[in-house]
Amino acid sequence: MRQILIKEINSFLNSLIAYIIIAVFLTATGLLLWVFPETSILDYGFADMSSFFSFTPYIFMFLIPAITMRMFSEERRNGTMELLLTRPLRDIDLILGKYLAGVVLVLFAILPTLLYYFTISRLGNPPGNIDTAGVMGSYFGLFLLGAAFTAVGVFSSSFTENQVTAFIIAVFLCFLLYFGFNAISTLAGLSAFAVTIDGLGMIYHYNAMSKGLIDLRDFVYFLSVITVMLLLTNLVLKSRTW
Amino acid sequence: MSIQISGLTKVYDQQAAVDDLSFSAKAGEIVGFLGPNGAGKSTTMKIIAGFISPTSGSVKVCGYDVVEDSINVRKCIGYLPEHNPLYLDMYVHEYLHFIGSLHINSNKELKRKVPEMVALCGLEKEQNKLIRLLSKGYRQRVGLAQAMLHDPQVLILDEPTTGLDPNQIIEIRELIRSVSHDKTVILSTHIMQEVQALCSRVLIINQGKLVADDIPEKLKSVAAATVVITLEFKEEITTQELSELEGVLSLHKNGKIILVEASAEVDVRPLIFKFATDHGYTLLGMNQEVSSMEDVFRQLTKKS
Repeated sequence: MRQILIKEINSFLNSLIAYIIIAVFLTATGLLLWVFPETSILDYGFADMSSFFSFTPYIFMFLIPAITMRMFSEERRNGTMELLLTRPLRDIDLILGKYLAGVVLVLFAILPTLLYYFTISRLGNPPGNIDTAGVMGSYFGLFLLGAAFTAVGVFSSSFTENQVTAFIIAVFLCFLLYFGFNAISTLAGLSAFAVTIDGLGMIYHYNAMSKGLIDLRDFVYFLSVITVMLLLTNLVLKSRTW
Repeated sequence: MSIQISGLTKVYDQQAAVDDLSFSAKAGEIVGFLGPNGAGKSTTMKIIAGFISPTSGSVKVCGYDVVEDSINVRKCIGYLPEHNPLYLDMYVHEYLHFIGSLHINSNKELKRKVPEMVALCGLEKEQNKLIRLLSKGYRQRVGLAQAMLHDPQVLILDEPTTGLDPNQIIEIRELIRSVSHDKTVILSTHIMQEVQALCSRVLIINQGKLVADDIPEKLKSVAAATVVITLEFKEEITTQELSELEGVLSLHKNGKIILVEASAEVDVRPLIFKFATDHGYTLLGMNQEVSSMEDVFRQLTKKS
């Protein structure tokens, strides 16, 4: 697993992908938070990061599939999959290595945004007047969300040779998991099950965390999504032996 | 026995790519795996290397079953897949390091092995280049280096010399020969000279079935039960006496050129020469066609 993780991170750093992803992410969030008047904190008047946390999932929805789309599809297309799968390496180690490399990249994208927190905290009146617990809970939720999106992306990449297909499927699945269930639960005919259906979606658990309360149930929810996605990936890899 | 295959069958969509194949190979053997395109060579090699599973039958490598004990099998195999897949964006030594690290746990050993293999494969000058920039011959060497890096007991090479120029082919053959003495090497090819030059044993498969398994020389003699000798005389001759010579099976006269089909067991050429001198004929040319591995291959894999 370690070898694959190192190889993937090296390939991020050697290609421009990692730098572009991080640069685009920081530029987009920076613009939303500080420049665009509609969403700017400076115009908003409150020392609050909620606009950052409500927009970032939508940015992740496109950026993370862009990171993960090549992970397995490129190996398939180049035939290097055969090279990897004939080494003394368990399938799950291969998957975890690639997955964790993606998570590390997500973490590197999120970390610089902590600067926003410190800036806003200083701008508060009096300085430091910010809901630190809420922000930290949101960060934790955002990280879990990113990790779950990465798992979805790794899965989508595993069953196609085509990176564009992998990207589109990943974006769609992320959208469905994040927002889809919430939208379905508002359908008139389903009002009896609305709470249950809403609970299947990520947005419900993500919002719960942003209140600064880290509930074990929300944590377990994200962990389950990740586990299911990685097990499905494992199943796809196994299918070559059927 | 390093490799034991019995009753191996692989079915793709009801079509059997490999059909009840059985053979075994021991250390020190270089086994040439021959067959027309689509005969099931690559499929068999992929199964031995653990990339795909057999539909039925058993494959054991170094005593481990490829289905039950896949990881252990992969540990003792060095595999060069068909088309030699490589990470084009990696440097040669980086690539070898990466593949090596999947086999060899100790970093110290890896640091010793990689330069050793780089030297053995003649890659010293190229080791700091991107694989993308290498010529096909050098890429093939990188592929071989990757397969041999962990000193495996069994080497599976799927068409190791395709697309190389004649000099490179000879170099690669030398390389394979030099590492093969205590290993089992299985290599697939459709170049017959390769088998004659390199292999100690030939397996010919056709439509997934084993049709021949022998040393190259033996196989040649099977096809070479008869030889064809082309004679050219200066003058018109009568062929009556020629056809009565011992070993001559049939004659075909075409002006001054005569084709003699003779048994391969006796050499009829001295008799023909004596016949010519006895009758005062001037023999301008005599040429015996030795049947080659190509003929054997064609005979055994002809579509019936």
